Amino acid sequence: MSMTDEAPRLIERPLAAGGASPEQETPAPATERDVVFESRDVNVYYGIFRAVRDVTFTVPKNEIMALIGPSGCGKSTVLRCYNRMNDLIKDARVTGSITYRGTDLYDERVDPVEVRRRIGMVFQKPNPFPKSIYDNVSYGPRVAGQKKGLDDIVERSLRKAALWDEVSDRLKDSALSLSGGQQQRLCIARAIAVDPDVLLMDEPCSALDPIATARIEDLMQEIKQDYTIMIVTHNMQQAARVSDTTAFLTADIHSENDTRTGILVEVDTTQKMFSNPSDERTENYVTGRFG
Amino acid sequence: MHSELVTADQLQIAPARRRRDVIIRYTLVVTALVSVVVSALIVWSLLREAWTFITEVMWADTWGQQGWFPRRGLYDLPTIIVPSLIITGVAMVVAGPLGLGAAVYLSEYANPRVRSWLKPALEILAGIPSVVLGFFALTWIAPNIVGRIGKTTFLVIGAAILLVYAAVSAGIARAKIKQYREGAADPSARIGAVASIAVLVVAFALAAAWTLNVWLNFAPNNAGSLAAAGIGVGILVIPLVASISEDAMAAVPDSLREASAGLGARKRTTATTVVLPAAISGIAAAFIVAISRAVGETMVVFMAAGAADAARFTDSPFEGGLTMTAAMASLASGTDSVVGEGLTFQSLYFVGLMLFVITLSLNIIASRFVSKVREAY
Repeated sequence: MSMTDEAPRLIERPLAAGGASPEQETPAPATERDVVFESRDVNVYYGIFRAVRDVTFTVPKNEIMALIGPSGCGKSTVLRCYNRMNDLIKDARVTGSITYRGTDLYDERVDPVEVRRRIGMVFQKPNPFPKSIYDNVSYGPRVAGQKKGLDDIVERSLRKAALWDEVSDRLKDSALSLSGGQQQRLCIARAIAVDPDVLLMDEPCSALDPIATARIEDLMQEIKQDYTIMIVTHNMQQAARVSDTTAFLTADIHSENDTRTGILVEVDTTQKMFSNPSDERTENYVTGRFG
Repeated sequence: MHSELVTADQLQIAPARRRRDVIIRYTLVVTALVSVVVSALIVWSLLREAWTFITEVMWADTWGQQGWFPRRGLYDLPTIIVPSLIITGVAMVVAGPLGLGAAVYLSEYANPRVRSWLKPALEILAGIPSVVLGFFALTWIAPNIVGRIGKTTFLVIGAAILLVYAAVSAGIARAKIKQYREGAADPSARIGAVASIAVLVVAFALAAAWTLNVWLNFAPNNAGSLAAAGIGVGILVIPLVASISEDAMAAVPDSLREASAGLGARKRTTATTVVLPAAISGIAAAFIVAISRAVGETMVVFMAAGAADAARFTDSPFEGGLTMTAAMASLASGTDSVVGEGLTFQSLYFVGLMLFVITLSLNIIASRFVSKVREAY
């Protein structure tokens, strides 16, 4: 399927459309909401291998956008385009355009380091530094040159990440002494300590048990009033529970050399995606018949 | 009812085969034991002869004498220990920054193509026979590098090194002072903090006084000198520092680099604030192993340090001197050999024992550090 001639779908859709049931509040179309990201025909290559093809969608402000799809469909690769994390991979190349609040993220004048200060990231596996809890949370502000008021930032970030009560009396302890769920909340606290605009979350709960997962999902609902969140998940229930908008990607398998290229199938409100998707492939995936 | 019956004989291994297994097993045990036994015998002979020296020597002859003249019964130990320390120091001043810099570049910056030839090139450096390096140190480093270091150059280098040392120890001292304030309830932590600051200050004072002394008595020297030998040994241990440090940094998981980059850290910030601290015990181990190698290095210092089998005491890197290893080598080698000549001969074992104890303890410390790196993440 080609999306090259289409405007981003959320913009295209008229106000009343979307098939939302009456008791569900229909989100206003993107033209009337603030748009944080607009991607158009994004392709990602690793060397000559195309990992993702022609991805186009918009991300509205203060919402949670979920990227779902089977393994190897390029969800994480797409996510990593939004804070230029793919720059760290040798031979990775991104074409097309991603604008962040009106500026092309891949403009040559844009410094990826500055981008990452505004667009934070939480990774699949909790990855605290082998430093104290305090030093983990204060790392970002310190790297940005801040020296004063770190105590306040650490407390505020840990409170926001719902971790303060558990660690307030042992901030000097190693972050590695925390449990997996606590470590992931610490990583969220560390990411929000730099006061970003957007949080990218790459399967943040895949290494956690259901209780820790529920805490992080609650946390996402609480912090979304301050941030725009994009989350990659292969847990469909999680996407249905937490997100406002969902994008479904799938893998296009090239039979001749057994490589996969991720393609975007459909983007819509989460409510519609899980009740009445337009594309048959989406329906097959969300009903569990495929993937 | 049983299906077909099986007898124990059918399940037995052929006797010839079993015998072969046993033979191979014992052969391997013997080969393993041989190396252990040989090491034990060496240590035993070292200890026995050294013990003879320790019990029979006049201890007044081992301290405060003119120099190391074993044939005349003068065994002034500082004459051979101080040059060993100076050469090790010079070697680490050369190899520390160069080796660590190479390691950081290889692990954090180099793209795979550069890495694929630079790493083997470094390993070739490790393959240069030390006798070749000794010759190079004597014929090229001594006249072209050490010979050109003037009084002012020496002062600049010395001051720069002292400044770096002061900066590092100020950082450590600040952490210790913080520890002192926080550890109010724990007296042992307080004593530890005070003691380590005292050690840092004393070491700095000694190093500064030594630098000043060398500067005041400065005399240029084109021939073999401790500095020339030290630079040669430094070149010899660069690959050691580089490869062990690089291994330690490569073991730091990429997820930490990504976390740091994701928080808006630049590459150099990630390298200095995340990768280096996470790899610090491995890097410390690299330095300790390199020090141990430098202390034990013989051929380079024998050729380039500028002294034959006897020497007067010197503490200037620009003079010729005798290290512990060179003292042993020259005393035992060639027509000059002193085999069986009583105490002169046994002094050699005593020096050997000192070297053995130093390098063994350094290696034990290094392996402790390495195992710490494995526990870290």
